[in-house]
Amino acid sequence: MDNNTHDVIIIGGGPAGLTAAIYTSREMFNALLLEKGICGGLPASTDLIENYPGFSEGLNGMELMSEFKKQAQRFGTQISELDKVEKIDISEGKIRVQTTKESYLTYVLMVASGSIPKKLGVPGEEKFKGRGVSYCATCDGPLYRDKDVAVIGCGNSGLQEGEALLKYVKSVTFVEFLPFMNAEKILQERLQKNSKASFLLNHKLNSINGEDTVRSITVQDRQTGKEKEINVSGVFVYVGFLPNSKFLEGIVGLDSLGYIKTDDDMKTKTDGIYAVGDVRCKKVRQIDVACGEATISAVSVRDCLKEIKR
Amino acid sequence: MLQTNLEHIETEEQLKELIENNEKVAVCCGRMGPMCTPVFAIMQKLKSKYPHVQSRDMDFDIPAASFIRDLPECAHFIGLPFTVYFKNGRVVKATSSIQSEKQITDILDEVFKD
Repeated sequence: MDNNTHDVIIIGGGPAGLTAAIYTSREMFNALLLEKGICGGLPASTDLIENYPGFSEGLNGMELMSEFKKQAQRFGTQISELDKVEKIDISEGKIRVQTTKESYLTYVLMVASGSIPKKLGVPGEEKFKGRGVSYCATCDGPLYRDKDVAVIGCGNSGLQEGEALLKYVKSVTFVEFLPFMNAEKILQERLQKNSKASFLLNHKLNSINGEDTVRSITVQDRQTGKEKEINVSGVFVYVGFLPNSKFLEGIVGLDSLGYIKTDDDMKTKTDGIYAVGDVRCKKVRQIDVACGEATISAVSVRDCLKEIKR
Repeated sequence: MLQTNLEHIETEEQLKELIENNEKVAVCCGRMGPMCTPVFAIMQKLKSKYPHVQSRDMDFDIPAASFIRDLPECAHFIGLPFTVYFKNGRVVKATSSIQSEKQITDILDEVFKD
C-alpha cells in the first residue's frame, strides 16, 4: 500500500469522525482523518457541554473535543487538518478523495462532515457579518462586552450560546419564531431566571439595522402582526443547520435537504461509503448520538475491510 | 497559538517589516475557531495561485495583534478573523468574520490586479 492509499478515510473531525477514527484505528486499520479546519466540529465552539455523560459538572466543548482527538491519535489515526475535500471519485474501483492538499485513495470512506449554520436570509445579515452579526458566541462574545445583543433561535444551541454570552454582555434578547422553545427544559428554566435575559417567542426577525455596525433589529409578533424595533449591538444566529454534503451529490443518496441516507449500519447506497453524525438523515443530533453511530459503522467497516482484504 | 501551515506573524516588528518590504500582503488575524480556520485554510490553498501575495496569519490574542485591531479600517469590526490586505504598505481592503473562497479570490483579484 503506498503512502496515499488508506484502509479507511474519515471526512470530518467532529465527534462522529473522531469516534470512527478511534474504533477503526483500534482495529489496526490504516486510518486517515481529513478535517477542513481544525478538529472539534460544532461542539468545539460550545462554551459548556452539560449533557454528555461522564462529566458531572459539564465541560468546555474545545476541551472535550481535544480529548477525542488525542484519543484517536493515541491509537494511530493520521489526522490532516486544514485539508478540505473537494471531490470524491468512485470510478477507479477504490475511492479517490481529492482535497485542497492531496489526492488520496481508500477502500472505505466514512463521511462525518457535519453541518454548517443556517443563515437567516433577512436584510442586513450579509451587510453586518463581522460588524454585529455573528454565528459564534464563543469566538466573538468577548468583543461585545457590556453591550445589548440578540440571539436568534431558542433551540439548544441558541440557549447554550446565549448563556455563554451573558458572561460578557449587558443583556440578551432571545427571539424565537415558534411560540415555544425547543431547547432542553433545564436550559430554559435557568435562562428565564436570569435578569439579563428576555424572550420574544412567536416573533419573526424582519431585518437587522444599522449604519457601520448593527444598531437594532426589527421583529414582528406573528400573532398580532405588530412590528417593533429593539436596540442591540450584536445579533447571534442559531436557527439550525444545513448538511455539509455538497461534495457527495450524485454519489450517495441524499434527502431533499441534502442529508445523507443510510441503512441501520450507516451504509449509504454506494459500496464502501458510510455516513455518520450530523450529516446523516435522522431526527436527533447530539454528540452521544454521533458517537454511537460512528461505533456502529466502525464495526460494519471492520467486516467490510476484512472481506476486501481476504 | 495558531496551528496552521501559513507563516505566523508574532511581533509588530515582523508585521511592519513585511508590509514595508513587500508590495502585496494579506494578513489574517484570528483564533483557531470555527470562523477563522476556514479563512486560514483558504489563504493557504490560494498561496500557490497567488505567489506574488505574501500571506500570513496572526494570533488575535497576542500583543502585536493590536496593530491590526487598531487600524481605522477595522474600527467597526466585531467578528473574527480580521483579514487585512496591504499594497505598498497601505491598507487597500479589510474584512471581518468568515469569508468564502470566492469572496477572498474576488478581493485578491480586485486589489492586487496589477
